[in-house]
Amino acid sequence: MPPILPGKHLWKEESMTNKDIFKRGLIKENAVFVQLLGMCPVLGVTSTAINGLGMGLATTFVLIMSSIVVSLVKSFIPDKVRIPAFIVIIASFVTVVDLVMAGFFPGLHEQLGLFIPLIVVNCLVLGRAEAFGSKNTPFKAVLDGLGMGLGFTLALVLLGSMREILGSLSLFGLKFVEADGILIFVLAPGAFIALGFLIAIINVLKKRFA
Amino acid sequence: MAKKESTFFNMVFSLSVITLVASAALGYVYEFTKEPIAAAQLAKKVRAISVVVPEYNNNPVEDMYLAAIPGSNDSLEIYPAYQNGELVAAAVRSFSPKGYSGNVWLMVGFIPDGSIFDISVLEHKETPGLGTKMADESFKAQFRNKNPQNFNLKVKKDGGDVDALTGATITSRAFGDAAYTAWKTFMEGGKHD
Amino acid sequence: MEYFLIVFSAIFVNNIVLAQFLGICPFLGVSGKVSTSVGMGGAVMFVMTLATIVTYIIQYYILIPFGISYMQTISYILVIASLVQMVEIILKKISPALYQALGVFLPLITTNCAILGVAILVIQNEFNLLESVIFAVANALGFTLAIWIFSGIREQLEIMDLPKGMKGVPAALLIAGLLSMAFMGFAGIV
Repeated sequence: MPPILPGKHLWKEESMTNKDIFKRGLIKENAVFVQLLGMCPVLGVTSTAINGLGMGLATTFVLIMSSIVVSLVKSFIPDKVRIPAFIVIIASFVTVVDLVMAGFFPGLHEQLGLFIPLIVVNCLVLGRAEAFGSKNTPFKAVLDGLGMGLGFTLALVLLGSMREILGSLSLFGLKFVEADGILIFVLAPGAFIALGFLIAIINVLKKRFA
Repeated sequence: MAKKESTFFNMVFSLSVITLVASAALGYVYEFTKEPIAAAQLAKKVRAISVVVPEYNNNPVEDMYLAAIPGSNDSLEIYPAYQNGELVAAAVRSFSPKGYSGNVWLMVGFIPDGSIFDISVLEHKETPGLGTKMADESFKAQFRNKNPQNFNLKVKKDGGDVDALTGATITSRAFGDAAYTAWKTFMEGGKHD
Repeated sequence: MEYFLIVFSAIFVNNIVLAQFLGICPFLGVSGKVSTSVGMGGAVMFVMTLATIVTYIIQYYILIPFGISYMQTISYILVIASLVQMVEIILKKISPALYQALGVFLPLITTNCAILGVAILVIQNEFNLLESVIFAVANALGFTLAIWIFSGIREQLEIMDLPKGMKGVPAALLIAGLLSMAFMGFAGIV
């Protein structure tokens, strides 16, 4: 499964319209459900829907910004050092997110904790920078980053909602039944199990509509 | 534009430029966010203090002093709360290294005779859903108005008086331990100020 | 903190993969076969321990004295990336046999968030250098244990008759969930 810089073979860039570039990341080539990228934050922060949303948006921001910068500077970077160069660019934007979140959204920052600096090693971000940003114009890179990022966010919110509904009988922090949920879904095992079922459901749906 | 060749000079040069620009940009963002971050942390501290002590009208953060933990080289921050010049309580920022992963930090409020007024959880990395329940009202309630002099802060399993959280005995132990450290430090190190 | 508690908690109770969700990519990606999973575990242990020591030194002798802690993420990931490269070059030179065994896993390790995660965790937990090294080794052991057990089960899973939608990743994730649940049982021991 996930190769280090995945997805190169999945599509032909030349024949795609801008709309396609944006759209495919949402569902057809969804980072989480289809490409299985960036699984650590997917499992780690989705005990509630709001955490999933925060993490998804933070990742989207890093994805878009680093794709733009990579596509702007691509011709100045010698091939052999391109990965380290991309990593520095990505790490910078991650630090920006980290600092801004600590200053303006301290509650969310505390909840996401370790997983914010770890956006750096999210294979999705480096993968998009390498496979798309480094070969396309900044405008296309933005579309690609936005599509992939929103697809990632969608997956996180979906999984977060599912776990929150089952585990604490609430959604986005609003409790709809005054009772205890199925605790296991908030705990670590529930993350694996919920994601497993979600991917299975999507696999089945994909077959039915294909 | 043609791609730069991978000569040694080009590689070192381009990497250095990128790193330099990145550090400069981060330095700028850091300066920009420094104050909001400090303000957010201060607000968190003030909020924690205000829930663990009764009403006060001084500035506990300004009046903060350090007191040595008896039998240790470390010291704890104590935030005294005065109402019209009279000491009504003190919040002690205490920790225990006995959690599952890393320290458990609490803010423990004591009234002058050493009884616990209230406790709030500051920082920890305990298991979500199990250890994190130490912040719940149902767990914290048992500590209120108890004086550690005659309320043993060990869990019942260890012969103490604390009802441990289900599935999180270690966390409950660490909680009690941090509260006990706070009490000891407050009683022995804190009174003279 | 007692060393035993660090080791026990890192390997079993707060297992880096099954409870902390770090290093999921290699966990799912390289765990098809028992032999490769153990190789991956070995490579992770090597790099994790080394990276933790180097980043520890950088944190306390460069970042903090110069007041540039905000460079943590960027400097750590650079250290890890160059460390992996260096290990690869050195191994190739001095121990071709070991390189043969670990070589293919090394490039994957740069993007293994367990390495960066542990390097940051030892700073957050305020460990000293010795505790950090113990923590790193124990976490690597925990990683190896998880991926080893998991690959054993997955080898069996290959020959199972499963509903179509569950084949592959979904089934693997469910197994990981069950394993994670089993590891939670260790929480009751201490």
